[in-house]
Amino acid sequence: MKPPVFEYHRPESLDEALELLATLSDVKILAGGQSLMPMMNFRYVMPAHIIDINRIKELGEIHRVHDGVKFGAMARHDQAKKSEIILEHCPLIAAGMEHVAHAQIRNRGTIGGSLAHLDPSAEWPALLAVHDATLRVQSKSGERDVPILEWSQGFMTPNLVEDEMLTEITVAIWPEKHVYGFAELARRKGDFALAGAAVLLDFDGEVISRAALALLGVEVGPIRMIDAENLLVGEIPSDELFREAAEHVTVVAGIDDVHASASYRKKVASVMVRRALEQASHQHKSQALAA
Amino acid sequence: MTTMHEITLKVNGADYACEVEGRLTLADFLRHQINLTGTHLGCEHGVCGACTVLVNGKTARGCLMLAVQADEAEITTVEGLAVNGELNDLQQAFMEHHALQCGFCTPGMLMTLTELLEENPHPKEQDVREAISGNICRCTGYQGIVAAALAVAEQRDC
Ligand SMILES: Cc1cc2nc3c(=O)[nH]c(=O)nc-3n(C[C@H](O)[C@H](O)[C@H](O)COP(=O)(O)OP(=O)(O)OC[C@H]3O[C@@H](n4cnc5c(N)ncnc54)[C@H](O)[C@@H]3O)c2cc1C
Ligand code: FES
Ligand code: FES
Repeated sequence: MKPPVFEYHRPESLDEALELLATLSDVKILAGGQSLMPMMNFRYVMPAHIIDINRIKELGEIHRVHDGVKFGAMARHDQAKKSEIILEHCPLIAAGMEHVAHAQIRNRGTIGGSLAHLDPSAEWPALLAVHDATLRVQSKSGERDVPILEWSQGFMTPNLVEDEMLTEITVAIWPEKHVYGFAELARRKGDFALAGAAVLLDFDGEVISRAALALLGVEVGPIRMIDAENLLVGEIPSDELFREAAEHVTVVAGIDDVHASASYRKKVASVMVRRALEQASHQHKSQALAA
Repeated sequence: MTTMHEITLKVNGADYACEVEGRLTLADFLRHQINLTGTHLGCEHGVCGACTVLVNGKTARGCLMLAVQADEAEITTVEGLAVNGELNDLQQAFMEHHALQCGFCTPGMLMTLTELLEENPHPKEQDVREAISGNICRCTGYQGIVAAALAVAEQRDC
């Protein structure tokens, strides 16, 4: 189908976009369009106004900031996958991008759009959760910062009100030698995952000194597995340790839909946690061998 | 009354200046307004890949972009692949390797593989399969498509 009639606006600056958001009602922001356009084509969403933010240059950049990396909301999936800054400082994110949709979608889809759309199975929220991201939300009347774990307010409902827009995302980076793992199960390559896990580990010699573990596809928003993280810290990797960490998935609620039951998603998530941990541990071993 | 927007763009090297409605998709613009019907529409929600075109050299879904967003852009469609009326090497290889039957998916496949071979001139079979993971073909079983792409990569090397 085709989208219904709307008024199209194309601001060239952030101020102009915020002004439009403050004055118009029944508005949708158009970022990569890879979720909004299908919804408009189906006429699930029929806004009176579209604000296309693709021409706002300042929103499209990825920068190194003093203790982290800052993404403009319009940084594209493909840009994150190939960015030198990301590959050097937060390679987990680049690895995660491999699992987002297909090349044609990654060329247009954005970090901001993915966060605002907030599909429970989206990769971005989980990747940002392990990196303790902070989301900057702006409106004409002010701005606020939202920690990634407070972003989801329910099923596909981000922490945003109508005149606000997500403008930038800052992630904390880990020590240079940190290792990572990412695993998900999707029915076909590029489909939304049934469940997945993202992991960051840091080591002191052979001992895990810091761990961050997040799940996607299991709850409405990204979740960190704090109990499993605590279990891992201070331990030396082993099959048994990783199996025990993976068992913590069984304590969360889980979403149940046409694609998979909650109990199946939990089982899948548990296996994905183990695989992601194994990848990270394998990386650590290779580093140790190379040293 | 809806507002009309003036756009100027290049499609397959030719300049166009047109008026479009805000809601017109790029794919419908190409097909209906400038009569380039090579770009196909299967699903109109981003899943089948038949509408894939190049926007400033990068693939995009023609059904998930508005024509007005292509203002000032350079678009390449399947009609832009042939050189002086002759099929290009990838199109030729599609013919030789039986990479199409009904041909509905073919424009999207060709555009997707054009980008792949540009970015990665020496793809492995797995890379080709991944590249076309967003393009659905109901006829060929993909075998011939993969073979055609690999053959072109090898040919271009010589
Ligand atoms: C075939 C297909 C497969 C896909 N597979 C995956 C997958 O495996 N994993 C995955 O994560 N995603 C997948 N996607 C979705 C894709 O990643 C989208 O790019 C993403 O969900 C939305 O980003 P966008 O930039 O395209 O946003 P848009 O579609 O432009 O917008 C999405 C929503 O966010 C709002 N919005 C956008 N930007 C902002 C902003 N800065 N501030 C406030 N609100 C904003 C819009 O108003 C809209 O409601 C897939 C899409 C398709 C078509
Ligand atoms: S018609 Fe655009 S992806 Fe199917
Ligand atoms: S050739 Fe018929 S769909 Fe691919």
